[in-house]
Amino acid sequence: MTDRAPDGSWGRYPPARHRRWALNHRSDRLPGGSNRVLPFGNGRSYGDVCLNDGGTLLLTRGLDRWIAFDPATGVLRAEAGVLLSEILAFSVPQGWFLPVTPGTQFVTLGGAVANDVHGKNHHVAGSFGEQTRAFELYRSDGSRIVCGPEENGDWFRATIGGLGLTGLIAWVEIRLRRIANPWMVAENRRFANLDDFFALNDDYETRYPYIVSWIDCAAAGKGLGRGIYMAGMHAPPGAPTAPPPARRSLTVPFALPISLVNRWSVRAFNRLYYHLPRPARALTPYQPFFYPLDNLLEWNRLYGQRGFLQYQCVIPPEAARDALREILNRIASSGQGSMLAVLKRFGARTSGGLLSFPRPGVTLALDFPHLGQKTLDLLSRLDEVTRQAGGAVYPAKDARMSGEHFRCYFPQWSTFAKFIDPNFSSSFWRRVTAD
Amino acid sequence: MRNILIVGATSAIAEATARRFAALGARFYLVGRNAEKLAAIVGDLEIRGGQAVHSESIDLDWLEQHPALLARAVQALGGIDLALIAHGSLPDQAACQKSVKMTLAAIQTNALSVISLATELANLFEARGRGTLVVIGSVAGDRGRQSNYVYGAAKGMVGLFLQGLRNRLNDKGVHVITVKPGFVDTPMTAAFEKKGLLWAQPDQIARGIVAAVERRRDVVYLPGFWRWIMIVIRHLPESIFKRLKL
Ligand SMILES: Cc1cc2nc3c(=O)[nH]c(=O)nc-3n(C[C@H](O)[C@H](O)[C@H](O)COP(=O)(O)OP(=O)(O)OC[C@H]3O[C@@H](n4cnc5c(N)ncnc54)[C@H](O)[C@@H]3O)c2cc1C
Ligand SMILES: NC(=O)c1ccc[n+]([C@@H]2O[C@H](COP(=O)([O-])OP(=O)(O)OC[C@H]3O[C@@H](n4cnc5c(N)ncnc54)[C@H](OP(=O)(O)O)[C@@H]3O)[C@@H](O)[C@H]2O)c1
Repeated sequence: MTDRAPDGSWGRYPPARHRRWALNHRSDRLPGGSNRVLPFGNGRSYGDVCLNDGGTLLLTRGLDRWIAFDPATGVLRAEAGVLLSEILAFSVPQGWFLPVTPGTQFVTLGGAVANDVHGKNHHVAGSFGEQTRAFELYRSDGSRIVCGPEENGDWFRATIGGLGLTGLIAWVEIRLRRIANPWMVAENRRFANLDDFFALNDDYETRYPYIVSWIDCAAAGKGLGRGIYMAGMHAPPGAPTAPPPARRSLTVPFALPISLVNRWSVRAFNRLYYHLPRPARALTPYQPFFYPLDNLLEWNRLYGQRGFLQYQCVIPPEAARDALREILNRIASSGQGSMLAVLKRFGARTSGGLLSFPRPGVTLALDFPHLGQKTLDLLSRLDEVTRQAGGAVYPAKDARMSGEHFRCYFPQWSTFAKFIDPNFSSSFWRRVTAD
Repeated sequence: MRNILIVGATSAIAEATARRFAALGARFYLVGRNAEKLAAIVGDLEIRGGQAVHSESIDLDWLEQHPALLARAVQALGGIDLALIAHGSLPDQAACQKSVKMTLAAIQTNALSVISLATELANLFEARGRGTLVVIGSVAGDRGRQSNYVYGAAKGMVGLFLQGLRNRLNDKGVHVITVKPGFVDTPMTAAFEKKGLLWAQPDQIARGIVAAVERRRDVVYLPGFWRWIMIVIRHLPESIFKRLKL
């Protein structure tokens, strides 16, 4: 009962047509011939890194087996199509949690490595690749390369954040972290502007492993950059022993003909969200803390048939304040507000991948209903700011950045290109290397 | 249901079913023909709670080997409580029409090997005075259609055979279940365009199989709505049915 083709991306844009090749075992062969292929995880990337228009997608969800788990150390090896939600369902009752998780649990291990995803704990744990101990890379010539930070380190660094282009990741090994129970201690603080946000960071980052902020990007003038600061940590032993109540989920049944997300609903939502009373400190189950959106399944359909565009950039520390202010100003004056604007300061850690997105600085993620050219123009105006500030845009969320911008954001792209499997390609890669 | 034999254990439906039994702490003897796939499944089931997971790789078309195969399974498990026969192959109907050899090969895999195993298992269970035999048939076995009557005839033969077995063993403490899935998204149907409401995922079928065992059902259509569809299909008069392009 889905009208989202199993091979579309989350933003429902751009459209693409594929042949599909379903993998069910890690010993299955890859399709031969000159047909260009690309691994596809669970399609939670917003743009076209998981698309291969006119080519073949290797559907990896059938690779969903456990390979090894050591309950003494938390080291887990599993096939690459396993979802993070499946890992949590297995590990949380045994007192283990993911070392890094993005804002949805419906992503595969392979997808998490290939985009080198980050979470709220970047300032203490780095990105997913930093927590990856090993994986097996399966190339179209039939060779299999086991990679780790030490073993075949060049392939390791090319494949982390490698956007699925270096070959198929067949399995992944990570080390889970100990938790005492499934609960989180969460703290919420309102901040009135960007300066307050930075001040809160200096205070909270030393005390809390999980931090993220929501900002009201419909607010202009004095309220520019106001928002809510959310920090959390796993609850200590002694918290409620009863498991958190099961959450009921709702599914948006089909893509709406027009977007429910528009200028008025965005302004109303943002204002309401900012002023909503919330407890300063509370105990909450881990799901609503990490995955506030996962309860509304297929929520991307709210944006209507035309889909939507995400814009996530990172700005280096020195330039962050001014560039963020400029970006928020440009959005406010365009009248195209973002429903969900998320702000976080990355830690001062270098990511392992040649094309990894996380780097020291502040990252801002925004989503816009796709209104055609005027939305694309707004994002290009944001790119001017990001580029001038020496920042970068996140490929996992992109469907439109220019090749010139990409190569400037990811200067190691030409080193990376040598590791691309000759039979692999993607819509994204063709787009950013075309001009 | 502690000791479970699964024949055709690399089938997607069988694997999903095994995962559900593993979570209940079952012990397994898994039979398939691909050692690599079997090894991956063994490793997975052990982590899911499967207690002792044995496996063996053999081509099931080799009927003479069946008694020895079952003896090894009994030996390893110390007795079989439940056997699931799941292997099968979907032959190319058009090719079968031109080749008697291919037609008979499809009958061999989908009917004769199943009947051979079911006969041996029924006798084992009867001698022990207990046991549950679960066999995966198909809705395709309920009526012959031009698009897949070779496969359908094999599944139909299995269905009739199991009816007789169930009748014979009714007061011997042995329980026989015929499972008839509709369209399921598995490697067997890789060539089909899997869209629409009629397609089910392997785990839905697995859930139905576990429930059928627990509730001691005889014949189950999975998902359940296929029962109603097949009532209609079975009752269409042949004079009309023969004209349909199904
Ligand atoms: C609600 C929501 C919140 C999100 N929050 C965050 C966040 O906080 N932080 C963050 O970093 N991201 C976030 N994301 C983005 C998401 O985490 C990434 O796009 C992730 O990579 C998606 O994984 P996937 O399994 O769906 O892979 P897909 O989107 O299907 O594919 C992603 C890439 O991985 C490659 N790939 C997939 N499987 C394999 C494999 N087995 N071998 C080789 N390559 C493979 C694909 O080719 C593609 O390039 C969010 C997305 C959503 C929808
Ligand atoms: N999928 C459907 O729509 C559907 C509908 C109705 C009924 N069924 C029935 O459901 C059962 C399971 O099929 P599935 O859908 O799960 O498909 P599947 O994953 O393709 O499983 C079929 C299995 O049978 C094995 N097999 C075939 N011939 C064999 C032989 N000679 N010796 C040993 N093993 C053999 C295959 O082994 P390999 O892995 O080594 O190839 C494979 O594991 C079958 O009986 C099928 O007829 C399926």
